[in-house]
Amino acid sequence: MKVALFITCYNDTLFPSTGKAVVEVLERLGHTVEFPAGQTCCGQMHWNTGYQVEALPLLPRFVAQFEHAEAVVVPSSSCVAMMREHYPMMAERIVAEGGDATLPQRTAVLLPRVWEFSEFLTKKLGLTDIGAYYPHRVTYHASCHGLRSLGLGDGPQKLLKAVRGLELVEISNLEQCCGFGGTFAVKNADVSSAMLSDKTRAVLNTGAEECTACDNSCLMHIQGALHRQRTGVTTRHIAEILAHTEASEAAEEAGETEVNV
Amino acid sequence: MSRIPLDPRTAPPFQAAAKALLGDAQLRKNVRHATDVIQNKRRKLVEEKQDWQLLRESARQIRAHALQHLDVYLDEFERNFTRAGGTVHWARDAAEAQRIVVGLVKESGSSEVIKIKSMTTEEVQLNNALEAAGIHAYETDLAELIIQLGEDQPSHIVVPALHKNRAQIREIFRRTMNLPDLGDKPADLADAARRFLREKFLRVKTAVSGANFLIAETGGICIVESEGNGRMCLTLPDTLISVVGIEKVIPRWQDLEPLIQLLPRSATGERMNPYNSLWSGVHPGDGPRAMHVVLLDNGRTNVLADSEGRETLQCIRCAACQNACPVYRQTGGHAYGSVYAGPIGAILTPQLMHMEHSQTLPYASSLCGACYEVCPVKINIPEVLIHLRNKVVEQNGWYTPESLAMKAVAAAFRSERRFRAAQRLGRIAESPLVKSEKQKFSIVGQKQTGNTGWIGWLPGLLGGWTDTRDLQAMPEETFRDWWEKRGKA
Repeated sequence: MKVALFITCYNDTLFPSTGKAVVEVLERLGHTVEFPAGQTCCGQMHWNTGYQVEALPLLPRFVAQFEHAEAVVVPSSSCVAMMREHYPMMAERIVAEGGDATLPQRTAVLLPRVWEFSEFLTKKLGLTDIGAYYPHRVTYHASCHGLRSLGLGDGPQKLLKAVRGLELVEISNLEQCCGFGGTFAVKNADVSSAMLSDKTRAVLNTGAEECTACDNSCLMHIQGALHRQRTGVTTRHIAEILAHTEASEAAEEAGETEVNV
Repeated sequence: MSRIPLDPRTAPPFQAAAKALLGDAQLRKNVRHATDVIQNKRRKLVEEKQDWQLLRESARQIRAHALQHLDVYLDEFERNFTRAGGTVHWARDAAEAQRIVVGLVKESGSSEVIKIKSMTTEEVQLNNALEAAGIHAYETDLAELIIQLGEDQPSHIVVPALHKNRAQIREIFRRTMNLPDLGDKPADLADAARRFLREKFLRVKTAVSGANFLIAETGGICIVESEGNGRMCLTLPDTLISVVGIEKVIPRWQDLEPLIQLLPRSATGERMNPYNSLWSGVHPGDGPRAMHVVLLDNGRTNVLADSEGRETLQCIRCAACQNACPVYRQTGGHAYGSVYAGPIGAILTPQLMHMEHSQTLPYASSLCGACYEVCPVKINIPEVLIHLRNKVVEQNGWYTPESLAMKAVAAAFRSERRFRAAQRLGRIAESPLVKSEKQKFSIVGQKQTGNTGWIGWLPGLLGGWTDTRDLQAMPEETFRDWWEKRGKA
């Protein structure tokens, strides 16, 4: 399948290793990956903070970049949630304001082909074991958008359980928000920090070496506190775990350092 | 014994109030414990209902339909309630509601009233208005009594004293009821309250209540509760005055069926409320001889006029959203500066109070969606929050620092060239703040030791982040840089 990658603005800027891992996994599964270069941002930050006018132009941009793709894969549950929950309404509003009348239809046709990364593997491709190897103790954080907006269920956990060598340890209060919430973390920093400390305590109680999720925004938040507290526990996007194989482990052991592409 | 009520017009911003409350470890422990207990009970009882989602949907439809035809059903209620011997009064705002109730109480010849828990009378600050007119109000709901005697404020819609633990409640009773030997078992406290209240029930001849539902078809008032004190207020006094928001009307008797299943399960994790009272007009030899309903607007028709905010009025005040909300669970209700706290308060208060008084409430949420998930009438609270945030932004204009920053970022997102320039600029801007750290790190298939940058302090609007968290510095290469190089290789 020809898969177009929507990498999202913060993954592009802050977590390029997640994008590389997504490419690695998809190519290993025999798919062709495309990266439409004109892509920027889904508009979630602006939309959710109340800057609707600023978010609107990002929709036609997204549609134009991706409407010819067979499938669109996005390594971020919150960005996919933004699209599914708000793009149809945004398209209508653009038309109401005298914009492109074809947008609602084009958006409606494109959206069913847009997949969150883990969802693409489990629901579109029907896979759980994708041949990964990752000999570490890992806990999974279910981000709110993945859990409630996308209904990922236990799909990500199934993927992780199939990883050889990986010990999945369950976190308490799985459904509790980590307190990131985009601009919430800055606007309500104190409450956000209180929520975060509940979450990091839960992560540390699992005894895991790493915390993973389908969304780097939650992980950036959790990682921020784990690092500040010098816990030694790290965070890693699920794609990076699934990209890891015995071959890549062997390469690391042999001291090869070039990026594996 | 008059209290300073929670008033969104004078309350501090949510962030400031929350910060103060986060320092109260006992309060946070009490709130956490109480919401945990209620949520666990709720979850079990919801799981045993196979048709829960169908019930939710039918309740949503009933409430939405009633709101769409509110004028029709209010008229119908008024006709039927009047025919049954009651009197309907209409109050445009809080001041008018206060005037009407004070007038009716004076007419009844009483200088005291017994009250059953009513968020609507809290909303219009009725107790203080009564007090100012020389009328003393006794709260008869156990939790409201605790709040009143403690000169405190309700912090939860269903369990107003949930921020207090048993020891604190015992202290309040000992002090205000003059009971130096009061025990600390629940039965001791309940017994003290019962003795205190019984005397009021038997003596005071005028009562004030709220209502859970008004039924248009029968002209009936419905109150559901746990303790039976509401029933005492409905039946013992000669005069009953109910203050009810206009949105509480439902069309038919049979509409109660899904609502009365959803409400107790969502609110307190009970299959059924111990007391479900339905009252319609006056009846010789039974119950009050004069019955009044004050139908309160107080901003509700404005909410109704907003097609995106309207669903807020579907609320049946179960508070499931408060118990589920991780923000509420950290701070309790007082941070919201309004009698309506938690997610429902964050959307209801700004709309009732015309937005400008409630700039910070729509932002008091991480949009995690837990509130929407549990709402028995399916109010899409996150969606309404976003709608209200848009209103706040429009109200504040373009020249705030936040707005200028958001505009600049949005401009960068509108072209690939500008976005890349912004990424480069970001790396330059952050560089003085980055502390390099030697650490082992691995990217896919690559383990090496090198320098990773961390930011421990950020200026201005972003400073909140680095109070408790570090931020990893931007890597030297963006994904798209890597992708381009890879294509060329």
